[in-house]
Amino acid sequence: MSNATRSWAQPIVRALPIPAGAGMARMLVERNGRSVRTFWPTIVSGFFEPVFYLFSLGVGLGTVVGSVDAGGGTVVPYAVFVAPALLASSAMNGAVFDTTGNVFFKLKYARLYDSVLATPLGPRDVAVGEVTWALLRGSAYAAMFLLVMALAGTVTSWWAVLTLPAALLIGLAFAGVGMAATTYMRSWQDLDLVQLAVLPMFLFSATFYPLSTYPESIRWLIQITPLYQGVALARELALGMVSWTTVNHVAYLVVLGLIGILVAARRLDRTLLS
Amino acid sequence: MSETRATPLGESAHVDTAVPTAHLSVLPQDPRPGALFGRAFAYWLTVYRRTWLGSAISSFLAPLLYLGALGFGLGTLVNRSGGGIGGVPYVEFVAPGLLAATAMQTAAGEASYPVMGAVKWQRQYHAMLAAPLGTVDLVLGHATFILVRITLACAAFTAVAAVLGAFAWPLAVVGALVAVLCGAAHAPTIMAFSARQDNDGNFNLLFRFGIIPMFLFAGTFFPVTQLPGWLQPIAWATPLWHGTTAVRQLTLGRPDWGEIAGHCAYLALWLGVGLLVAVRAYRSRLVS
Repeated sequence: MSNATRSWAQPIVRALPIPAGAGMARMLVERNGRSVRTFWPTIVSGFFEPVFYLFSLGVGLGTVVGSVDAGGGTVVPYAVFVAPALLASSAMNGAVFDTTGNVFFKLKYARLYDSVLATPLGPRDVAVGEVTWALLRGSAYAAMFLLVMALAGTVTSWWAVLTLPAALLIGLAFAGVGMAATTYMRSWQDLDLVQLAVLPMFLFSATFYPLSTYPESIRWLIQITPLYQGVALARELALGMVSWTTVNHVAYLVVLGLIGILVAARRLDRTLLS
Repeated sequence: MSETRATPLGESAHVDTAVPTAHLSVLPQDPRPGALFGRAFAYWLTVYRRTWLGSAISSFLAPLLYLGALGFGLGTLVNRSGGGIGGVPYVEFVAPGLLAATAMQTAAGEASYPVMGAVKWQRQYHAMLAAPLGTVDLVLGHATFILVRITLACAAFTAVAAVLGAFAWPLAVVGALVAVLCGAAHAPTIMAFSARQDNDGNFNLLFRFGIIPMFLFAGTFFPVTQLPGWLQPIAWATPLWHGTTAVRQLTLGRPDWGEIAGHCAYLALWLGVGLLVAVRAYRSRLVS
């Protein structure tokens, strides 16, 4: 570890607001930050994936699709419609990937947490630290993507600035659930089950076409999924269509994230300390 | 001395780091290179018989979910505003694209992590080279197994798409065969790349800057002519575009056989040259 890296990494991770009861979680975040130098191309290339999707769907497919009714009679070009949904789903994908695959590897194979628990850090620090790390990474991606959205002209309202904290909230909700799910995983094959939950949400949560495409009778099924809530939140902000529904989306995601973190912390107490 | 390692995708491996491998090249080998590839193929098939369920979601279910969401969901938007693409309903346009892309993605998945795992993590290649098998057997055996995986994925997708009415029957069967060739065209080049890797870091780059952009821009979801002019020649050079274009003509039931032959020849070129490159890569990594 070079002194130069230490000097920029430390102040950032030490300044993080960490909830009470997990006083040492920042140490785990710092550890993850330091390990970045061994796989930085993976981190950097992560910026490009949602951008490729935006250009493929927004620009390429957009000319074929034309304009879309984003709800409430607001008709927008397809790129404007799909961009916030891509922001939301990439926040989900990043958080889920970080807290399932990566955490499972550290838990079972790298045995990272065994050595972490030999220090003054506790299981709660592990849960909060990993979720915080996933959020930091996710917010970096979201900020870059928002910038690309703005440059591509798909942002139509100043409310769009709030899609950044919205992406963080989506990341928090899914990181909590992902951590909780990981504590139940037995083998890598169970990661396929995670995909089984994530992929249909990515494809069907009114991401690529409006909710009104579905028959009225099954719309509720789409609306109760967490990604739908995230996509709707990001879209309402990006298009400036803010209402009380927006607050509902926020409340849904906050509750989901808190439940996930609580379950994860309890489960980690049991699996790591037994 | 031994240690246990794991791949980010899966299988943990028991690795004997103390076994020297340099002497293996002097073992007597079958005089005809490639004569024993069936043995290597049988190995991969045996493993797959016990692990196929794990691949079911990524190879069978995921493409069908894409077909449902894009073909039928997004399709309603495309058909409403433009009457489909070139008069073709969107689901019929996108289904062959997804078929060819599934073939490519199956090939890429099987030719990346498993190949590097067989070099570094589980070291099956070293075990095979300790038997009378040579590098040509290794390449052909593994490539044949990948071909089987592609064929299974394409067959499942074609059956469902035909039932859903997205494919013109019976030409879609020929389309499925071309899709298999399209997948096979990608496999050996990626095998060569994988055999030269020291860790899995570059696979992220391979997928993010190779496989995913091809999936997104080489004609799967919209005609390449929608792209900016300077991007179009790049799309035309990709094997996926040739596969997609040929498969689409067949599943739409409007084949131009001369064009299809041209596309297939280009794909066969990738396959043939790729195999040569793969043998070279295996030889330099495993034997010399």
